[in-house]
Amino acid sequence: MEVAVCVKRVPMVGGKIVVTADGQDVDTRMSGFTVSPHEECAVEEAVRLAERDGGRVTVLTLGPAAAADQLRDMLAIGASRAVLLETDGREWGPIATAAAIVDALRAGGPYDLILFGNEAADTGGFQVGVRVAHLLGLPCVTGIKHLEVSGGRLRAGREYRGTEEAYDLPLPAVVSVKEGINLPRYPSLPGRLRAKRAAIERIEPERYPWHAEGLRKERLRVPPAQNKRAEILGTGAGAVPALVALLDDLGVLP
Amino acid sequence: MTVLCLVERDGEHAADVSLRALTFARSLGDVTAVTMGNAATRPAGPPPGATGAGGDAGVGPALAADVSAYGAAEVYAVGLDGYAPQAWARALAGLAGEVAAGAVVAAGTDRGHEVLAHLGAITGLPMAANCASARPGEDGTLRLVRHRWAGSLLEDAVLEASPALLTVAVDAVPAVPAEQPAPAAVRAYQPVLDEADLLVSATESAGRAGGASLATARVVVGGGRGVGGPDGFGVLEELAGLLGGVVGVSRVVTSEGWRPHQQQVGQTGTRISPELYLACGISGAIQHMAGCLSSKHIVAVNTDAGAPIIARADYAVIGDLNEVLPALVAAIRARG
Repeated sequence: MEVAVCVKRVPMVGGKIVVTADGQDVDTRMSGFTVSPHEECAVEEAVRLAERDGGRVTVLTLGPAAAADQLRDMLAIGASRAVLLETDGREWGPIATAAAIVDALRAGGPYDLILFGNEAADTGGFQVGVRVAHLLGLPCVTGIKHLEVSGGRLRAGREYRGTEEAYDLPLPAVVSVKEGINLPRYPSLPGRLRAKRAAIERIEPERYPWHAEGLRKERLRVPPAQNKRAEILGTGAGAVPALVALLDDLGVLP
Repeated sequence: MTVLCLVERDGEHAADVSLRALTFARSLGDVTAVTMGNAATRPAGPPPGATGAGGDAGVGPALAADVSAYGAAEVYAVGLDGYAPQAWARALAGLAGEVAAGAVVAAGTDRGHEVLAHLGAITGLPMAANCASARPGEDGTLRLVRHRWAGSLLEDAVLEASPALLTVAVDAVPAVPAEQPAPAAVRAYQPVLDEADLLVSATESAGRAGGASLATARVVVGGGRGVGGPDGFGVLEELAGLLGGVVGVSRVVTSEGWRPHQQQVGQTGTRISPELYLACGISGAIQHMAGCLSSKHIVAVNTDAGAPIIARADYAVIGDLNEVLPALVAAIRARG
């Protein structure tokens, strides 16, 4: 079983987002980077399939040279091979990103299964995996929370309005998954050491006209302040009478 | 401009998220609604014929009344049973051509995103997900505000494509009925599909997915890192039980394996909109706040008065939840 997983390097944001002065990017001078949460689960799922059925897990990312860090993080939790589609760090749109990924998948494949996260944590585009599926002529399903592979077919499940939907697809296929499909492992020490030494294959993606996709970012901004400056009811257990009075006012007490 | 709006169903009615999408679509032009499949997904069995089987995809009076009230002049019933994302997109592509749509709009739901992503791939056009607003600019462009980071960051963008493919950030757009509604004309549309379009289609299993009660709960008692470990949730469960609510947790709690993911509130979990969200030992990372900002009232219990959640909450208790919550439970029980 050959599995490819596409991941994206995104800023690790905590209590608030700060935008750069030119309004083009999230200010990451004070933050680290990670892969989108859904994608970390996609890698974990791929590693579990490979552990059970044999085969390899290839992680791919399109991003700056520093995205090699995120590929090593994924090697540390069990991926066997890493491919960096190296850019100058500017943001690529979904159409160009999908085209570049397809080139790399064709060059490095064939793959039985191609996994994505349901959407990138930062841009939230919800589409690269679907576009890749169409370009490769493969069946595709998104938002998956449960996945089984056997006999050349894939059974996948997800939620829709409180009920569960099941899908049955032939392989090869493209699947995007959501966090909750599994609980990703922590990297082991041998895993981290192996990842540190591993070679990362670098490809310079063809210069697709990423700036001419028809959807142009003008600027990013933080939504108008939703800061409320909470009314402090008190400290410790001493605040309980005030808290009970508040809950009573809100009509939530029995 | 004609705006085609995909309407998802909630039983016999249009889903609330789709009323929001219709409201959004109305701001762009004359709305033509389109609905597909049956209320339920297709039962297990042989796939229908390659051109799509007609049948029970009709528009009932409740759905017709809903889309009329929200400003649709026409509503198309597409002859497709069940949910097959690529087939739905193929039908939208055909219908968009038929009515010369300048935009195709869907609610920013799992299905909305999936179908419009397929439509983008089929047509080669860009798709803008989770738009909070759109207005026509010069030269036929659309000026959009769209959500990034699940709404914690806004992107001003220009879309130059026809038709414009948009999903609607449903948290950001209220459902507002049309001022002068008229009964929508009901029409049928039979899409031309090939076999590959029906290769992926849903069967519904009887089991009920988790997380639904969290999404609709009137009270949510939230627990974060401050709970301290998997054994610390008893008092939160007890309090939630007393208040007729449920427990929700932050991402760190599910990442640590303390609680199952279906209890997670946030960008990669469930979005909640309770009357009261009592957030205990939760710092308030933006990914968490993206999931709870629709709460009517947020009360934080936190040892750190400088935690980000204190600036996003309505009320706060500065203190250790392991001290505050048992005392609160006792006080509520004492009221009897």
